[in-house]
Amino acid sequence: MRSLKQPFFKTFFILTALALCLGSAYLFAGLAEGSWNYNIARRINILAAIAVTAVSVGLSSVVFQTITSNHILTPSIMGLDNLYVFIQTVVIYFLGTGEMEMMTRQNDFLLTLAIMTAASTSIFIFMFKTNCANVYFAVLAGLVFGIAFGGLSSFMQVIIDPSEFSILEGRMFASFNKINLPLMGISSLIVALSSVWIALDFKNLDVMTLGRAHSVALGVNYEKIVLKTFVAVSLLTSASTVLVGPVTFLGILIVSIARFIFPTYRHDILVPGTILVGICALISGMLVTERYLQFTVPLSVIINFAGGICFIYLVLKLKRI
Amino acid sequence: MISTENISKKYRSELVLKGVSTILPTGKIIAFIGSNGAGKSTLLNIISRLIPPSEGSVVIDGKKTSLWNTGDLAKTLTILGQSPQSETRITVKDLVSFGRFPHSNGETTPDDERAVAEALNITGIETLKDRYIDELSGGQRQMAYIAMSVAQDTKYILLDEPLNNLDMGRSVKIMKLMQKLVKEKSKTIFVVVHDINFVSFYADYVLALKDGILKYQGETESIMRPEILSDIYDIDITVENYRGKKICIYYK
Ligand SMILES: Nc1ncnc2c1ncn2[C@@H]1O[C@H](COP(=O)(O)OP(=O)(O)OP(=O)(O)O)[C@@H](O)[C@H]1O
Ligand SMILES: [Mg+2]
Repeated sequence: MRSLKQPFFKTFFILTALALCLGSAYLFAGLAEGSWNYNIARRINILAAIAVTAVSVGLSSVVFQTITSNHILTPSIMGLDNLYVFIQTVVIYFLGTGEMEMMTRQNDFLLTLAIMTAASTSIFIFMFKTNCANVYFAVLAGLVFGIAFGGLSSFMQVIIDPSEFSILEGRMFASFNKINLPLMGISSLIVALSSVWIALDFKNLDVMTLGRAHSVALGVNYEKIVLKTFVAVSLLTSASTVLVGPVTFLGILIVSIARFIFPTYRHDILVPGTILVGICALISGMLVTERYLQFTVPLSVIINFAGGICFIYLVLKLKRI
Repeated sequence: MISTENISKKYRSELVLKGVSTILPTGKIIAFIGSNGAGKSTLLNIISRLIPPSEGSVVIDGKKTSLWNTGDLAKTLTILGQSPQSETRITVKDLVSFGRFPHSNGETTPDDERAVAEALNITGIETLKDRYIDELSGGQRQMAYIAMSVAQDTKYILLDEPLNNLDMGRSVKIMKLMQKLVKEKSKTIFVVVHDINFVSFYADYVLALKDGILKYQGETESIMRPEILSDIYDIDITVENYRGKKICIYYK
């Protein structure tokens, strides 16, 4: 199982170089004298957020596809980031603090995170137990969940106190141009810890690509790792959603590209590959919105457009089989 | 030694396995026979902890399956399910290498390399080792999965209809391979086979299931009798002697 690493070395090298070039192009190009300090700080923050998002979305999408045995669904297509927004709205609605203090923000975030992890893990397990064989059912359920939570969030936002709404707005409508800076530290930490936690199981996850029966026969503690992965996916999705807001089709876009470039089942190749693709895709998108579209189109729209096309292609391909 | 204590399996309200208690012999090829839906796969899956029984328990080498560490059990027992499949794009060699996972946890050692090479060799699929499994014929893929189970090198090997998709030549080869594993490596092999003549020629011991009940059990000779087989399969079966073995004729 070791022999595959060599052929991908070159690909990794090229992707890393590309990411670095794009990163420096984004960081340094078109900086005006006067606004150097302001701009460079802003751009560094954006690059950091991009890196955190790419790790979070890339990792969670790959492992989610492994344990659900499909190449079409990702946590955000299943409506997970909408669920996060919904829970956040509820938390602020009921515990509405009206303050903008750092500690409160973090406490709200951690509370939301806990509820989110419990809720989404239960939903996953329920779906996993009842009907996982049917991808169409899962897509449909995900879309319904997504729309339902989106609708509920909007409803609560309408009835919420205006001053609280302004807090919520700041967080909920986080985007790459309006990064949730106060929570950057804690969300990066959560992403880092969850990544290490999951990376310990990459070998087991490799086996799990063969499906449940083979995994059990080969001695993988299947149920335990599925549960662990669902928890980690919830944490990762929460962390990236609070940082830059929901980007529904980012995951499917970068996983599909990575699977094409790295045709392997090995997570120690596929996950870093997906993350690198994610970094390249996000920085390119950022360059396009900032330099060519003068911020008229947000990055998430560009990514969702490309990712949506990719998703539709995958669904159509599925039908042909 | 593997024994089952009164195991039953219920799907919704239907009992598909009814109180199966038996002690299985070791160092033999043990065939499970019975018509479609008799409960053979269910029984094998319960023995190999793939599905839990509704009642009863399985004891493997003196320890209940529920008390075994699943990783350790994978070094003792393996199962290849009926029509195994996966959508993963993976080469034959990598698939067979997965058989070493319980022993090496993914870090391939020279021992593992040797076991994989041997498994590829004795199943005769060395030439296919760099092909992707989704680009193989059904029979070739079946051989690749069997090679994976062989590479796992466990004391007990459970194979659910391994002759699925295989031509006569390959089927004979697989049965001979099983005999060899039993004789040279003292493995115990449990196998579901539908072709009763393969059972007659290659199995040492037979368990016959009907409607979820373990109805007959014994040395192959003692099971290859017209009245037993007719009862199991619900058709008239004539048994003839041919070169010291029994041949069943059921074509009408
Ligand atoms: N997951 C399931 N849900 C409901 N019923 C099931 C399930 N799996 C098996 N059954 C039922 O249990 C009975 C026994 O099935 P089993 O697969 O053990 O039969 P089998 O002897 O292996 O048959 P075959 O020779 O066709 O493989 C059948 O009636 C089947 O319909
Ligand atoms: Mg069966």
